[in-house]
Amino acid sequence: MSTLVIDDLHASVSTDAGPREILRGVTLTVESGSTHAVMGPNGSGKSTLAYVIAGHPKYVVTRGSITLDGEDVLAMAVDERARAGLFLAMQYPVEVPGVSVSNFLRTSATAVRGEAPKLRLWIKELKEAMSALQMDPTFAERNVNEGFSGGEKKRHEILQLSLLKPKIAILDETDSGLDVDALRVVSEGFNAFREETGAGTLLITHYTRILRYISPDFVHVFFDGRIVESGGPELAAVLEAEGYERFITAAAS
Amino acid sequence: MTVLDAPPLDHSPQVVSADVDDFAVPTGREEEWRFAPTEELRRFMDHDPDAGTITCATGGHVTVVPIVDAPATDWLPTDRPSAVSRAGTSSAVLVRIGDDEIVEEPIVVELRGSAALNYGYVDVTIGRHARATVVLVHDAGVDVSGSIVTHVGDGANLTMLSIIDGPPQAVHLWQWHARISRDASFVGSVVTIGGRIVRILPSVSYAGPGGSAELLGAFLADAGQYLEHRIFIDHDQPHCSSNVIYKGALSGADSHTVWIGDVLVRRAAVGIDTYEMNRNLLLDDGPRADSVPNLELETGDIVSAGHASATGKFDDEQLFYLQARGIPERIARQLVVRGFFADILARIPSAEWRALVLGRIGQRLGMDLDAHEDDVDAEVAS
Repeated sequence: MSTLVIDDLHASVSTDAGPREILRGVTLTVESGSTHAVMGPNGSGKSTLAYVIAGHPKYVVTRGSITLDGEDVLAMAVDERARAGLFLAMQYPVEVPGVSVSNFLRTSATAVRGEAPKLRLWIKELKEAMSALQMDPTFAERNVNEGFSGGEKKRHEILQLSLLKPKIAILDETDSGLDVDALRVVSEGFNAFREETGAGTLLITHYTRILRYISPDFVHVFFDGRIVESGGPELAAVLEAEGYERFITAAAS
Repeated sequence: MTVLDAPPLDHSPQVVSADVDDFAVPTGREEEWRFAPTEELRRFMDHDPDAGTITCATGGHVTVVPIVDAPATDWLPTDRPSAVSRAGTSSAVLVRIGDDEIVEEPIVVELRGSAALNYGYVDVTIGRHARATVVLVHDAGVDVSGSIVTHVGDGANLTMLSIIDGPPQAVHLWQWHARISRDASFVGSVVTIGGRIVRILPSVSYAGPGGSAELLGAFLADAGQYLEHRIFIDHDQPHCSSNVIYKGALSGADSHTVWIGDVLVRRAAVGIDTYEMNRNLLLDDGPRADSVPNLELETGDIVSAGHASATGKFDDEQLFYLQARGIPERIARQLVVRGFFADILARIPSAEWRALVLGRIGQRLGMDLDAHEDDVDAEVAS
């Protein structure tokens, strides 16, 4: 049982015109077994929330706290956060030329698990995980994210999720750029992970489409750097029907 | 001596001659010397009576003969130090692979100097339809000015690797010319790690149509090192190809690398395919990397021609991505550096030499770069 607690989180990014505050007091608790969808219009800061939790050096936390099972996440380096059990599936996974998927995944699994997986077992585990995501075995030989299609990049992110088995998963716009078939495969991969591990999830998305495949327990509307409304899955239906307009107007008034 | 009457229109050598006096002593203002520390190279500009000569252990395909017995070649020096060296050397290292001969094991030639400063001449000639791999290991302890001439016979396949390793103390000046015959293929790899001042001038010309040349380089410059690789590809035959990839990693105060990639596609060189690329990775704020690709086309009737050059620091987004997967920063950096050199290393002949080069790169960068990952990849994919 794990709990990620985000309390009154403020974060800024430095710009030529000085620091600009993007997160303006985010408070949210994610527990094992629960899935929180965070939805908001472009530029609302929802992806920044994901990157701040993961520890991207571009952002400076100016106020508030993040803890995972009571441990201060903000005091941890990026790799320590991952080893503590946080995982960010990125919207734009980064190309790493010359580093094979196989080598990357094994290095990563070794770091997160604290010991190198036995080679025979590892190869079997990797092949099965790839097969579940309908990935060709030759995928392992390719360089990380280099020349991957949008769908391949997202499958690769979910592959990592299924191998690293974090306590809390953050999915940043995993549905963006996916056609329906790829979205289904990726969602099934995620659901299998959630089923198997009982992890907590923060699902960041612009569209309600992915919620047809991944059912949330809670839906939060994100606007202007904070959560402006929270509810159950029914809130997603309201957003689907009415868009963000109502929440934007309410937050502005 | 050949001197162009008109102002130079291309980057081909302006003077080509065996006569030292045809070359002025460089001042550092000349285009081809503008990066080099010419004042430190003064002693290579005139004959040194105390100079030694480069030799090696003989046997198999390798002999050492008096320079007067070296076979004629149509190659001529293109700068003053190589003319001085060619005129001053007393012996020649000959590597011979006969027609149709297939040599599976790499022929390793460990070059040795006999004095503090040495002249050297190496001739590698492979006969028609032959195949071989030749590794030249340079002497890290002595200063050298020399020439390597390489003749690749019709349809032959020659892979060469030239390694300058060891402590960064000596001066290495080399011209390395490869003449590629009809339908022959040549891979010339350079690994430059040692040497205080290194200036290597790889050049390629084609003796017939259908030849292919691949020039690869991996270099590491640390504090105080000057490493220059100046490439000239002369396309004057139809349907040939050239592919140049040089990658460098630089660190430390006053380390300086220079990469010049001159490709000239003459009017007769129809249907050719050429690409050149240099990438430099700056590991800290100390180094300077100069990178100048030049592509000159005298005909547009070609398959393709391209060049690329980029110099940059570690990509923070790459490090973030790897660290976000639990990989500690130190190991993430190792992965990135190993990945940076991967396409060069993959073409180094024999796993043994690949592991050695990778190990040396790791040693220099204080990293443990595992050479055996590729085997695991293959196993997963099978």
